Amino acid sequence: MNKNIQLSIKDLVKSFDDNRILNGISTDIKKGEVVVVLGPSGCGKSTLLRCINGLEAINGGHVFIDEDEVVHNSKDLPKIRQKIGMVFQSYDLFPHKTIIDNITLAPIKVQHRNKAEVTEEAEQLLERVNLLDKAKAYPRQLSGGQKQRVAIVRALCMHPEIMLFDEVTAALDPEMVREVLDVILELANQGMTMIIVTHEMQFARAVADRIIFLDGGKIVEEARPDEFFTAPKTARAKAFLKTFEFDAKKKEMSREAV
Amino acid sequence: MDWNFISQYTPMYIEAAKLTLWIGVLGILSAIVIGLLCSIVQYYKIPILSQIVSVYIELSRNTPLLVQLFFLYFGFPKIGIVLSAEVCGVVGLAFLGGSYMAEGFRSGLESVETIQFESAESLGMNQLQVMRYVVIPQALAVSVPALVANVIFLLKETSVFSAIALADLMYVAKDLIGLYYMTTESLFMLVLAYLIILLPISLLAVYLERRLRYAGFGN
Repeated sequence: MNKNIQLSIKDLVKSFDDNRILNGISTDIKKGEVVVVLGPSGCGKSTLLRCINGLEAINGGHVFIDEDEVVHNSKDLPKIRQKIGMVFQSYDLFPHKTIIDNITLAPIKVQHRNKAEVTEEAEQLLERVNLLDKAKAYPRQLSGGQKQRVAIVRALCMHPEIMLFDEVTAALDPEMVREVLDVILELANQGMTMIIVTHEMQFARAVADRIIFLDGGKIVEEARPDEFFTAPKTARAKAFLKTFEFDAKKKEMSREAV
Repeated sequence: MDWNFISQYTPMYIEAAKLTLWIGVLGILSAIVIGLLCSIVQYYKIPILSQIVSVYIELSRNTPLLVQLFFLYFGFPKIGIVLSAEVCGVVGLAFLGGSYMAEGFRSGLESVETIQFESAESLGMNQLQVMRYVVIPQALAVSVPALVANVIFLLKETSVFSAIALADLMYVAKDLIGLYYMTTESLFMLVLAYLIILLPISLLAVYLERRLRYAGFGN
């Protein structure tokens, strides 16, 4: 395998009962590459991320992280998963643990790292997302945007090689979206390999090295962001992008109304 | 009220209370272990075992403790298993309590959302670690009120032990009434003895619930 390839997906098929959600997805993601997955709802974006992380049993194909194959419920999966950080739409911090414990739990218990060292790193990461003062707070005392930043820090503290973001701003109030996206942008600038599922088009355009457009469980279009947003090649991508545009109110009409 | 009588027979009540507590504690601890195992079997829907557990739970919850004790004490010797009254008490209490405890644990386990598993798994935890650090602490916080109610319920159920000739509190009280007709004094001491055992547990329960809610949901 090419040494620069971090994640390799080959002919991935996933069905729920008779409903085929992913229908033969193949792509390679290079080290440091930021890939944004776009597509209409129900096209399989989230399922794709869940398959990459082994949260779903797949019906066909393969997912490789470095040389390791991701297999649902396999014995090696917990080990392989340490290389993958995942952040969910609903943050899902552990409600019974403080912020700092949320972050340090897995590094201490799973990776058996030194508690003092992990705590120090967690505090540095919290500082970077401006939440150090919340270290001793419980998740319920934080806003959605704050919780989501903690969830990102929690994943980062495991030193993952690749980060998966599953519509991480979809449940947030508009003014909190920015603080979360800024954290992700900063990660991109540091060279983190990422796959991002989002509906924030401007953000997608800014952060992505490559856009993957999914529809009907297949990759319909794959392009650099400037190409994709200015000159999409397929009709389906054009129709999809059109849904994010609004025609300005017609001036003639407003004049008539006066 | 004959206070002399009361002070004379207080040691008997203390002995009986010790026996009641001793059997109660052993029975309840066994019930908690049985309940935890049953709830995990049902939670993971382990084939065959989970059907057996379902049958056990229905059997145990839908028969009175007295009948279960008779079964153990008078029925088992017929198939060659002779158990002492003390052992019957512990086994009977564990058999009855196991199902109540199982239901209490189950309600807690089911209250933890799937996404909590997934976010713990995605941090590289194995099944055991997910249960230990993420699921069970949250489940317990939800279960504790039900579990404590079960403990109190089971301690009160020990009052039927006298039927299989166990010298528990109820037995002593009935004995004294039979011997001396000191009904008021005997029953007064009986009520007092149960209150002395159960009230601290109830108060501890209130405290524990508050603490666990704090641990569970950070408030």
